[in-house]
Amino acid sequence: MKGMAWKFDNNINTDLIIPARYLNVSDMSELAKHCMEDADPNFIHKIKAGDIVTAGYNFGCGSSREHAPSCMKAAGISCVIAKSFARIFYRNAINVGLPILESPEAVESINEGDTLEVILERGEIHNLTQKTIYTVSPFPPFLQSIINCGGLVPYIRKKVKEDG
Amino acid sequence: MGMTITEKILASHAGKKEVKPGEFIEAKVDVVLGNDITTPVAIESFEAMGAQEVFDKEKVVIVPDHFTPNKDISSAEHCAKVRKFVREKGIKHYYEVGRMGIEHVLLPEQGLVAPGDVIIGADSHTCTYGALGAFSTGIGSTDMAAGMATGRVWIKVPESIKFIYHGKRNPWVGGKDFILYTIGKVGVEGARYQSMEISGEAIDELSMDDRFTMSNMAIEAGGKNGIIAPDQTTLDYVKGRVKRNYTCHQSDSDARYTRVIDIDVSQIRPQIAFPHSPGNTHPVDEAGHVLLDQVVIGSCTNGRIEDMRITAQILKGKQVHPYLRLIILPGSQDVVKQMIQEGIMETFIESGAAVSTPTCGACMGGHMGVLAKGEKSLSTTNRNFVGRMGHPESEIYLSGPAVAAASAIAGRIVHPKEVF
Repeated sequence: MKGMAWKFDNNINTDLIIPARYLNVSDMSELAKHCMEDADPNFIHKIKAGDIVTAGYNFGCGSSREHAPSCMKAAGISCVIAKSFARIFYRNAINVGLPILESPEAVESINEGDTLEVILERGEIHNLTQKTIYTVSPFPPFLQSIINCGGLVPYIRKKVKEDG
Repeated sequence: MGMTITEKILASHAGKKEVKPGEFIEAKVDVVLGNDITTPVAIESFEAMGAQEVFDKEKVVIVPDHFTPNKDISSAEHCAKVRKFVREKGIKHYYEVGRMGIEHVLLPEQGLVAPGDVIIGADSHTCTYGALGAFSTGIGSTDMAAGMATGRVWIKVPESIKFIYHGKRNPWVGGKDFILYTIGKVGVEGARYQSMEISGEAIDELSMDDRFTMSNMAIEAGGKNGIIAPDQTTLDYVKGRVKRNYTCHQSDSDARYTRVIDIDVSQIRPQIAFPHSPGNTHPVDEAGHVLLDQVVIGSCTNGRIEDMRITAQILKGKQVHPYLRLIILPGSQDVVKQMIQEGIMETFIESGAAVSTPTCGACMGGHMGVLAKGEKSLSTTNRNFVGRMGHPESEIYLSGPAVAAASAIAGRIVHPKEVF
């Protein structure tokens, strides 16, 4: 995946990613229109499919709403790179198949507008603008097995089938 | 090496003698919870998983409490989907408008959650039930779907931080002030991925309502759960409510903690979290001159009967400031009934407050008290993020019920002693 970097600060909460006032619908393409609205009202008009969000510590703190990673995915964000993730956002992103990478070093060096290429299988972040490469530690095997299945829905579907 | 209460509960639900922090386990769940925002998404995932029936009709609890009573056609359609699912799957614990409560007030009150349980809920404040000595944590809709389909959840065993509260608390200081002070101290990611174990002599003296308030906001410090070991107060609370067997666990004396944090509660004055973070806390006497447009008292954090009693104690015989709206959101129908029996409802109405049926509406900017651009609200809820209660340029301050009630009279943020 390849896209332009959009930079956000520390503690970006789920109300900034998708305000609760819109959650009386659950159509993610509808919610995508409000993605990051309270952090940057023009965000959705500026981004292109494949773009990458980078952020500081504790990205996705706050609510359990899975609508947050799902609407980012629906908005065309291909990946989120943060210094760290809040735990519910972290598991939701894995469960719904939004690629996430933790790398304080990469985030520190990335400037908004840099072109990034992420090679998930190798855990590599290539900053094509700055010509630098960062490697992130692999996911624990258990999480990798969910990711390999394509998220928690196919993972459980397989289990439900096996259990008959 | 000994285990913490969280490790013991997780081990017992994973069929293991012991678990260690960092280990991935699959735990059996005692309760799977959802609301009207998260359940519609969970239903889609549940169907996509190929699941036919829920794993146990008694162990799934669904409470439509966010956009209810339905505020518009979209939320009505959303709830209709939930209601259809509940009927089709024969889910026993579904609470309809008129019989419901704000989920985290309702579940303990109805005896649906018990000490020693593993509880997952598609709502981040599910950590509230840690106050009963349960492992209880928020998860997303797809996790809820997996929980409904299999009765299990994947969990990374968290490391634990032990918080020890000692000393004697000051007048007008309660569980909300303890937890706001704590979040201010450790920061909004101070307990990220970790279990917050809340203990000490000052906690032993807290009522269950105050303990629920503390566990409720563990998530605001990034915590995975906020647990308080059961004692006589816990047992007295669950007696007559919980109708099934349960287990009380305690941490071993040689359990491992990443940190031990001592807090002397005699140093805690009533707290205010300033915009736009629950970690931006200051004592109320240092708040300065903050004029308010609205005060909200209630929610899953402070919507219990004791919160209503404190509010009534301050409001009795006084009037809400003429330029201000006081909106009170009791946590459940039982709380409302008790308010009527104790004369609290009359006090509220006579003082000029609006009292709502239980709903999360105002807390998340959904309905029932949305803020305009530039307006300021003091609220006993749990989050003061940008746009949380309405316009992105409105401001939210957080406090406990005593400060909120006093400020509703004064029209600005004040210490309760200024009006009482």
